[in-house]
Order: sequence, then C-alpha cells, then structure tokens
Amino acid sequence: MFGFCTDPASLDSTRWMLCYLTTPKHMNLYYAFGTVLLLLAITAPVSLAFGFGGAILARSRIAPLSWLGKGYIAIVRGVPDIAFFLFFVIALDQAFEWVLHQIRCPDWDQPIRQGSDFIVCAAAKLPQNNAPQYVHDTYAFLVAVLTFSIVFGAFAGNVLFGAMRAVPRAQIETAEAYGMTQGQVFRRIIVPQMWVYALPGLSNLWMVLIKATPLLFLLGIRDIVFWARELGATQTPRFTAFPHGDWRMWYFLFLLVFYLAFTRVSEVVLERIMRRLSHGQATAAGEAQRRAAA
Amino acid sequence: MGNFGRQPNFGKFGGRHMTCAGALSADWLRSIGIGARQLPTSNITLCDQFVLIGSGLIWNVYFAVIALSAGFFLAMALALGKDAASPWLRKPCAWFIFIFRGSPLFIQFFFGYFLFINIRGAFPGLGVLTSAGVGATIVLFLNTSAYSGEIFHGALRSIPKGDLEAADAFGLSGWGRFRRIIWPTMLRLGWPAYTNEAIFLFHATTLVFFSGFPAVQQSGDALYYARYFADRTFNPFVPYPILAGYFILLTLVIIGIFGLINRRLNRHLPQEVRPRIRYRPQVIR
Repeated sequence: MFGFCTDPASLDSTRWMLCYLTTPKHMNLYYAFGTVLLLLAITAPVSLAFGFGGAILARSRIAPLSWLGKGYIAIVRGVPDIAFFLFFVIALDQAFEWVLHQIRCPDWDQPIRQGSDFIVCAAAKLPQNNAPQYVHDTYAFLVAVLTFSIVFGAFAGNVLFGAMRAVPRAQIETAEAYGMTQGQVFRRIIVPQMWVYALPGLSNLWMVLIKATPLLFLLGIRDIVFWARELGATQTPRFTAFPHGDWRMWYFLFLLVFYLAFTRVSEVVLERIMRRLSHGQATAAGEAQRRAAA
Repeated sequence: MGNFGRQPNFGKFGGRHMTCAGALSADWLRSIGIGARQLPTSNITLCDQFVLIGSGLIWNVYFAVIALSAGFFLAMALALGKDAASPWLRKPCAWFIFIFRGSPLFIQFFFGYFLFINIRGAFPGLGVLTSAGVGATIVLFLNTSAYSGEIFHGALRSIPKGDLEAADAFGLSGWGRFRRIIWPTMLRLGWPAYTNEAIFLFHATTLVFFSGFPAVQQSGDALYYARYFADRTFNPFVPYPILAGYFILLTLVIIGIFGLINRRLNRHLPQEVRPRIRYRPQVIR
C-alpha cells in the first residue's frame, strides 16, 4: 500500500504495523465488514416484509391461511435458531435446484435422491459449474440473505402480530363508527398506530440481528469471522513478508469491540426514534411528552 | 454451492447396526466417547440418526446445567453490584453486563477459545481450558451470568416500595432485610424472565462445537451430529426435524421445572395474582 512497505523486515514497529494492516489480504477483512453491513441492510427490510406478511396471514379469518401464518411465526419457539440457519441454507438450495430441474429437464427419468446423493441434471445446477467465482459467491450470499430473512421474518411476524393487537380497541371502534371498511381500518388506523407498539420488539430484534451476523460464517460465507481466523493464524516467514505468531485472540478482540460499538450506537439511535414515534400517541410515553410540552 | 457436504460412499462400513436396539446400545453414549469409534457413514438409518443426535444432547444438558447453576450466583452478585451506591462496585458490574450482552456469543466463544490457547502457551498446566467441556462452559457461565444479572437487576429495581417500608417498620435491616424481603421478592419478580433466559442458554449451547472448540474424536453435541448427518446424507429434512423434536421436548422440561419453582416462590400470594410464566422467545445472543 505505502511506498516504504517493500522491505517489511527492516521497518520499525509502527510502520511495520501500518504495512501489515494494509496488505491485500487485510483488505478482504475490511470488505467483509461491508458484507456484514450489506447483509443487515438487505435482511432488515426483507424480514420486516416477511414478518408483515406472516402477521397479516395469522390475522386472517380464513382458517388455513391463519394456520399458515401462525405456523410460520411459531417456528421461533422451542428450537435453537442455529438449527434453522443450517437447515434452511441447504433446504433452500435444494428447493431451487429441484424447481429448476423440473423446468429444464422434464424428461429426466432417474430419482433425484439416490441414497446419500442429491442429483439434478447439469442444467439445473445452481450456479452453473462453469460460472465465474463471483457468481458462486453472490449466489451463496443471496441464499444466506434469504435464510436470515426467513428466520428473522418469523421473529418480526411475532412482534408485528402482537403490535397489531395492541392498538387500542377504542381506536378501531371509532374508525368503524365512521363507516370505514375492514381494509380501511387496517390501512389507516392499525398500521400507522402499530409501530409505536412494535418498536421495542423490533429494536430488540435489530440488536439480535446484529449479533447474529457472525453466523454467516456457519453458512459458508467468507465473512469477518472467516478472515479473522485466517489472518490471525500463525504466519511463517516462508510464506509471507509479515511473519507473526498466533494473533487470532487479538483479531477476535477487535471483532468483539466492533460489535460492542455497533450495538451501543444502535441503542442510542433507536432510543431517539422511539422518542419521536411516541410523539402524539395514546401511550404513557406520548402522554409524558405532551405534559412536558404543556 | 449445491455440492457442499457431498461425501463419497463407503458402502462396506455402512449399516453397522441391523436393529434399532443395536444402534441404541452401541451409540447412546457415543457423544462422550464411549462406543464405536466410527460414526455411521452410509446406509444411515433413521435409528442411527435418532440415537446419535439424542446422544449429543448429553453435551447440551451438561453445558446448560453447569452454566446455569453456577451463573445463578454470579448473576445475583452482578445484580446487587450494579445497584450498589459505590461506583467502584457499580461500574465494573455494569461493564461486565454490557460487554457480555452487547456482543455476539459466537464471537465470545472464539475469543475465549483463542485466549485459552494463549493461556495454555504460558501455563501448560491450564491446557484443559481449551477443551469444550471446561472452556466453553466458562464462556457460557459468564454469558448467562450477565444476561441473568440484568434480569435480576431489573427485578431488584421493581421491588414494591411498600414491601421495603414494611420491612423497615418491622425493624429489619441489613442482612435480615435482604434475606427475608429483598432477595425472595427479587427472585419472584425476575423468575419468568429468568425462565426464558434458561431456555435461551440451553439453545445457545448448540454453538459450542461450531466456534473453535474441538469435538475430540467426533464427540459433539446434538447439532454437531445433526449437521454431520445432513452433510452425509445431503438430506436436511430428517436430522434437523429430529433435533427440533428433541429440543422442543427438553424446552418443555425446562418450562416444567422452572414453573414448579415459580409456584413455590409465589405460594404466599392469592391464586389470581400469581404471575404465570409466559414463554416469550427472544432468540440468539
């Protein structure tokens, strides 16, 4: 990176560190932070949408739809979430390949599951075997995003379902007295008012989502955990200009600090949003704000 | 993707057990290293999966029981410490709770493991820390202490003022006041949330063998074996539901045990005001 980095062995420790931390391999670690942020940026809205859909289904008057929604929301109960991650990431991949197989190879006569193998025709492989590396990476990342979204969508559904029911009955009755239809009540009264009830749950969920991002490593993504292990491991002079001992502890200490800072900043921001959302609401916090202003 | 975990077929060694009873007697202690060295590799039957994943639960229960029972005491100390007037006591407790609640358990495991490796380098006698049985239990213990400490701290702050005034009126002070009034009330108020914490700690034990701590001779926990089977058979639709079933059962056991304690803690209250334990999932840490 820097001009003076050509001969690391001759550098003093500050410059050595500077050069060490800017090697191309370290750039991978820094990009991986981008991957984590990208995952959060995509997963948060998508899982909110999943949760919203789940909550609407669960409220449905048609029994099978309601069962579907409630069943989806209920997957958060009783089972370790890591199991969901490991399950969905394979199950989704197989589901995609199965669907493609049905579309692209309709005259394939062999069974797909043969003993311990899952065999689809070459045209249904995802991604194609000859695809460049970035396609493989992107596909793996997208499957991971979808997995996160499904799991967190169930959690969000749980929160939103509760929030929709927490909107005061009187508000809905008033809306009905004005002659609003079911849909209008939902769109104009319930949805705008539910957020203040949903926010404590959703902020909790956001914290949980931040803390779940290292699980990307389990899904086979080259994320910050992967690179911290890789870069921190003992490097011998034979293979690198920057030999060092086992530094993995320090790399993980750095990740620990990163996550602490991230959750702390989120806490502060979410508190502000909560204060803003409480404004003018028929809740204790809203009432307190009104009193303070008056 | 699309081909991870695909393993060659070792036809010859498959189907080691012809019967379910055979699988059960051979493998039910496999997770703690007793039984056939080789895991089933091909012709994996449903029985193999049920027995081996069930065997792995020994680890999950072990981690949870040790971490929870030791963590309970540290949690009490942290809750009281965070409420202390002296900043010398309050600040360290608050920081401890913040650090363990504000960072992912997964990263804590990794950091702990590599820290223990460095300790082993300096003091070879402490090498046992790098094993899952000791090292991971310590991390889980500290983690659950922080979460439960926060729960009991909240409970401590919400003890009804009237109870404390009544204690003063009766002339109780110091240790007697704490033992007879504050502590039981704190426990009672915090118990439903603590039940959730216990459930989540139990679920979090599945992370251990994915976070550096080695599964020596493939002795792992339930999720370790479930993933082993999913990778072997390339069929996630069998091992994970088995795992889920086991965990739901054990979650119900936890709710049952903690419910009994809850009943005992609230036995002086009239029936209708006793708080019920409501399972509120909070997920991942």
